[in-house]
Amino acid sequence: MVFVDEYPKTSKLVRRQFIVAFVALGIGALFGIVQALHRTGVFRGLISSADYYTLLTGHGVLLALVFTTFFIAGLFGWAVTSSLQQELPQRVAWWAFRLMLFGSVLATVAILGGVMGAPSILGQDLSADVLFTFYAPLQAHPLFYVGAALLIVGSWLAGLAYFKSLWQWRAENPDERIPLQAFMVLTTMLMWYIATIGIAIAVVGFLLPWSLGLFDNINPLLTRTLFWFWGHPVVYFWLMPAYLLWYTVLPTLSGGRLFSDPLARVVFVLFLLLSTPVGIHHQYVDPGIAEGFKMIAMTNTMFLLLPSLLTAFTVVASMEHGARQRGGTGLFGWLRALPWRNPAFTGMALAGLMFAAGGFSGMINAGMNINYLIHNTLWVPGHFHLTVGTAVALTFMAGTYWLWPQLTNRQLYSRPIGLAQVVIWFVGMALMSNAMHVMGLFGVPRRTAEPQYQGFDFLASFGSITEFRLQLALGATLLFISTVLFVGNIAASSGTPKRSGHGRPLSQPLSGAADSPAVLDNLRLWFGIAMVLVVLAYTLPLVSIIDGGGLLGRGVEPVPVIAEPLTTLAEPLSAAAEPITEWAKATLGGVLR
Amino acid sequence: MQVHDFEKLWLGAALLLIVGFIATVTYGTVGAGVQMVDDSGGQIDPQAVQQSNTGTNFDNPGVVKQSDDHYVVYVVAQQFQFVPGTGDNPIRVPADTRITFKVTSADVMHGFSIVETNINTMVIPGQVAEVTAKFDETGTYGLVCHEYCGAAHHEMGGSIEVVEKSNYTYNGTEVQN
Repeated sequence: MVFVDEYPKTSKLVRRQFIVAFVALGIGALFGIVQALHRTGVFRGLISSADYYTLLTGHGVLLALVFTTFFIAGLFGWAVTSSLQQELPQRVAWWAFRLMLFGSVLATVAILGGVMGAPSILGQDLSADVLFTFYAPLQAHPLFYVGAALLIVGSWLAGLAYFKSLWQWRAENPDERIPLQAFMVLTTMLMWYIATIGIAIAVVGFLLPWSLGLFDNINPLLTRTLFWFWGHPVVYFWLMPAYLLWYTVLPTLSGGRLFSDPLARVVFVLFLLLSTPVGIHHQYVDPGIAEGFKMIAMTNTMFLLLPSLLTAFTVVASMEHGARQRGGTGLFGWLRALPWRNPAFTGMALAGLMFAAGGFSGMINAGMNINYLIHNTLWVPGHFHLTVGTAVALTFMAGTYWLWPQLTNRQLYSRPIGLAQVVIWFVGMALMSNAMHVMGLFGVPRRTAEPQYQGFDFLASFGSITEFRLQLALGATLLFISTVLFVGNIAASSGTPKRSGHGRPLSQPLSGAADSPAVLDNLRLWFGIAMVLVVLAYTLPLVSIIDGGGLLGRGVEPVPVIAEPLTTLAEPLSAAAEPITEWAKATLGGVLR
Repeated sequence: MQVHDFEKLWLGAALLLIVGFIATVTYGTVGAGVQMVDDSGGQIDPQAVQQSNTGTNFDNPGVVKQSDDHYVVYVVAQQFQFVPGTGDNPIRVPADTRITFKVTSADVMHGFSIVETNINTMVIPGQVAEVTAKFDETGTYGLVCHEYCGAAHHEMGGSIEVVEKSNYTYNGTEVQN
């Protein structure tokens, strides 16, 4: 039976979530190409350098938060439903979706206000040029913080729907092991609940009331530390769903079976335990945090490599098993027997390959003292475009090629375009990310509209800076083309004729759940240990930060950021947007007053 | 729970790699003496920094001589310049001498990195970042704000001129401590 025929209600929800994700992906990618051409100096006619930061904020929020969170909500909804074999509790799940959507729209409107002349809404200029990290005392419009908070609260509710589904299933199956996909979803959500404590306190406890003027001062190191409390585990919130696809769908696509169910569970438990007490590794060069705390974060971070290294083994072993089932032979000859014409398979395999490269650059970042060389250089976005930008994003796109027909009863508009799309992504990212890593080593900073300075030039120890700029721009162009092909392919699929029978059941692991100790399924136990580790890792640093700088920093004043719209694009844009902003003012003003 | 032999081997190798990484970082810290930016710079009121009213050398930032072998450079980062450092006000220091940079912010978060060196720190309002280094080679080094600090962030840069120790003239007053 096809998913959509068996679970029509959840299918509808998952489709909605995916559509929101893909709209965010398209807009985010558009901002991405404009920025890449701007910062490399290839074309600077579209936006001013001040607007660059508005688009950069949009790029980060729309791709890293909106695209990922909505796709994950959809993927998890599918995984929980198909593995527990019952529809999701609809009321909670739909309310989660509505809240997340409302929050995302508010945050996006607040950000785009920056390129629309920052109209005054609720007595403050509508603007949120604060980037994805929104470090205080840079201050955004309150709507931005409200939107971010609602998106997070919505994701909590989505998690509640999965747990309610589990409890319902447990009542009917008291002695069964939790099915693997549901287990992966639930451990990921438990990790997410712990991680979001940090950002919830930062946004609701400090940034939102501060932006509303309830108090004037803020401790920037405190809100920054709370941001990174969440800011590292969030990368595992993106990655674990990709792992879910690698562990449970990729073996089937390869024509084989997962190597080991028990080890997959061990890997997800390790992520639950170790994802959060590591955030301070983003703050290796922060003043005000003692070296010992950085050392602890470094050690935890290194151990967090373990579940990813185990995953690399299992994924490759499962693919090899599949290839040999398909008649592949030889030490490496089996690689030829894999279904390379299938965009879903090829996309995931290329994403996994690129994740190996991203893992290695991540090991450099984690190395506390080498990190001095690359901190906040272009190396860092080079790194995370391999991880979240490829290992996660390309896996999600590849997974969509496989999942979408089962959600719609329509086949994909074009498999060859899909195949070309995933290959173009791989090539484009190889170019762009290589150029970013290399320029980072030469000292070129990230997050900078025009990385050219008076008085000195960046020196390339090999090649030339111009050459790497062009490589970056070319890679970004290919990535944009790839995104357009993806979104277009999915959109065009709504016109293919309806027929049932898409998809096939997932293969069972070679070594099943019964081989693993039952304690692995004791979610309360792992959640408890994870909480203890977080308390151990964060209590002393937070106490010393508050002790040093005060709960609300002494003398730190808010600095609202408004980009002056200077360019030819911004003015017609803001003129065109006037009816919308007027409408937004009228409605939002009415709602909130 | 049954674990395949190859997987055991892989697990062992992975753990070895992890322990190896931790060992090299620890060696870098303890053996090679690469210290992390930490809490040694203490706290400061950024509003007082803005008004040059801190009662510290940040009120008149620049190079302060501690001894023939040690200079301290006080730098205030603010939207969108380093004082000193930006424009025609470069930081001048001698080569082969211990230089401690003390950097703080008068407004928002900034970054302070010297291109082609491993001098790299965040500049956070309320905190004083402290980095000590020695320049082996003379010449002009680029200074970059590497954290987004507002609409003209990309204009926030500067330079450091490192001159032969014997040619270095110090104009300020020597500080005893």
